[in-house]
Amino acid sequence: MGLIAAFGAPIFLPFMTTQIAFLWMMVVFALCWDIMGGQMGYNSFGNIFFFGIGAYVCAVIQRDSGLDWYVAFFLGFGAAAILGVLCAAILGAGILGLRGQYFAICTLGLGIAGGEIASGWDYIGAGSGLSPPLFPGALGMREMFFNYLFLTLALVCFFTLKRVYSGRFGLAINAIRDDEDKAEAMGLRTTRYKIVAWCISAFFVAMCGAAAGNMIGFIDPRDVAFAGVTFGVWMVLMAILGGKGTLWGPVLGALVFHITQELFWTYLLGWQRVALGLLIVVIVVFFPTGILGWLRERRTMSTSGGSEQ
Amino acid sequence: MEGLSIFIEQPVRLLQIIVDGILVGSVFALSAYGLALVWGVMKIINIAQGEFVMLGGYVAILIADAGYSPLLGVPLAAMILFCVGWVLYRLVIFRVVDRDLFISILATFGLSILLQQLANQVFGADVRTAESGLVTMSFLDGNITISQIKLLSFFLAFALGGGLWLFLRSSQLGQAIRATAQNARAARIMGIDTNSVYAVTYGLNAAICGAAGALVAMTWVIHPYLGLTYTVRSFMIVVVAGLGNLMGVILAGLGLGTAENIAGFVLGAEYQAAFVFSLLVVILVWRNWRLGLQRRYLK
Repeated sequence: MGLIAAFGAPIFLPFMTTQIAFLWMMVVFALCWDIMGGQMGYNSFGNIFFFGIGAYVCAVIQRDSGLDWYVAFFLGFGAAAILGVLCAAILGAGILGLRGQYFAICTLGLGIAGGEIASGWDYIGAGSGLSPPLFPGALGMREMFFNYLFLTLALVCFFTLKRVYSGRFGLAINAIRDDEDKAEAMGLRTTRYKIVAWCISAFFVAMCGAAAGNMIGFIDPRDVAFAGVTFGVWMVLMAILGGKGTLWGPVLGALVFHITQELFWTYLLGWQRVALGLLIVVIVVFFPTGILGWLRERRTMSTSGGSEQ
Repeated sequence: MEGLSIFIEQPVRLLQIIVDGILVGSVFALSAYGLALVWGVMKIINIAQGEFVMLGGYVAILIADAGYSPLLGVPLAAMILFCVGWVLYRLVIFRVVDRDLFISILATFGLSILLQQLANQVFGADVRTAESGLVTMSFLDGNITISQIKLLSFFLAFALGGGLWLFLRSSQLGQAIRATAQNARAARIMGIDTNSVYAVTYGLNAAICGAAGALVAMTWVIHPYLGLTYTVRSFMIVVVAGLGNLMGVILAGLGLGTAENIAGFVLGAEYQAAFVFSLLVVILVWRNWRLGLQRRYLK
């Protein structure tokens, strides 16, 4: 039922195809953040780094390979994923040793450093950004193409994570979240699990970046590729809003957040970013367990007669 | 890398850059002192730190626009920002004090975005500066120049930091703040209203950041988006110096100012911000590696 709605959405709502494509991207963002933040207890602000890497790698390959659009795009798409994973593995070996607030702030710095370096580097267009080549298909086909690409990505991401969480790996990263020292004492190779988790995250986020760079049509180093204060924070926010540490929570959070955000953009012209800042504070302060967490609390309260607390 | 060869040919240029770096570093140390205060007393990391600096800077600019000396903006920014900090505590921060540290990071990050975008709406995205009207002094046949305002801001930063230190040391409220930092629960039992102590602490932090911002507006530039850089600088300084180490904060602040200025000259000004954020990552990983080594020795 949901699948039919998801596939049919651009046909029923043709004028909103791009927004729907963005929604799928947000779903991937939230799911990928939740691997680290929700399931493993490592709150990362730096997943946007892989998004930027993906966007630039794909665009540079499209620009310099001189191949047919589709060939170049999918080549770049794959290269983005590979490079994202490589970056996650290399950086993870150093950064994932950090705990708690140090990890959070370090990854925050990582994301912004990426943007600042990209905006100084002439090869990738420096501060004036980079435009990937134009989509060759007919008018309207472009939106459709990216919409279904993002939908596929979101579905693959969802089912991969579902599979991953139900096995040994899911238990291991949950053990790391609950007590890392104990998990290590029990013989889990925590560093290896942490790096793999970040690689999975980077894999999907980098592919998102590759496709989003093309969909948006212009890669600005600070506002698109390494947009720490928009996409970077939204990832965290969506997962928390839906309920972190669950599979459906991030999906739900992405849906609610994306709709709210689009409404802000439509009705609060100029003040939408102020409203978003306010929204972050309100969600984090008053709603830290998220929608699913809130529902669960209500259910346990009603079954136990509200005797808790 | 041509910057490096200039240093060898003209060592006096290097001296100029170091002097500028030290003078600007005092402001970094001041805002880092505020971050250390809040971190130590309230156990939260305030990402909105840099936004207080930015708002303080706009106070000085507004004073200058109104025709007064922007130096007046230093005490005024401190007073106004104290109120801002106090109100923010009473509205938002008190709800995150005893919670998970990540919640406080995210909540203050939200505040930071909120203040940044508000400033963007109200003051515009232009890069502004407050003209102090003080002259520039030159030494060594004009090879070294020091603007008086930078020198003044250097000493003012020390005076403010020293004043806060004395206040924490000797006044009754300062003692209450320190007692709360040591053990909040015990302090509550002894009759200290820790909630107001937290409010004052957060206000004081905002106040000295505001004063630092007014100094930045006179010596450098202010724009709505510079907040995060100051937060990261403060965080870095506190991480390097350790909590409750005033001397360390001063030295790390001056060192960071110098390092940043040299990096800006060698790598080019467009990479100066990149240097700050990359340095943060490097410092944290390095610190973790050192801690790992210590653990290995213990084994």
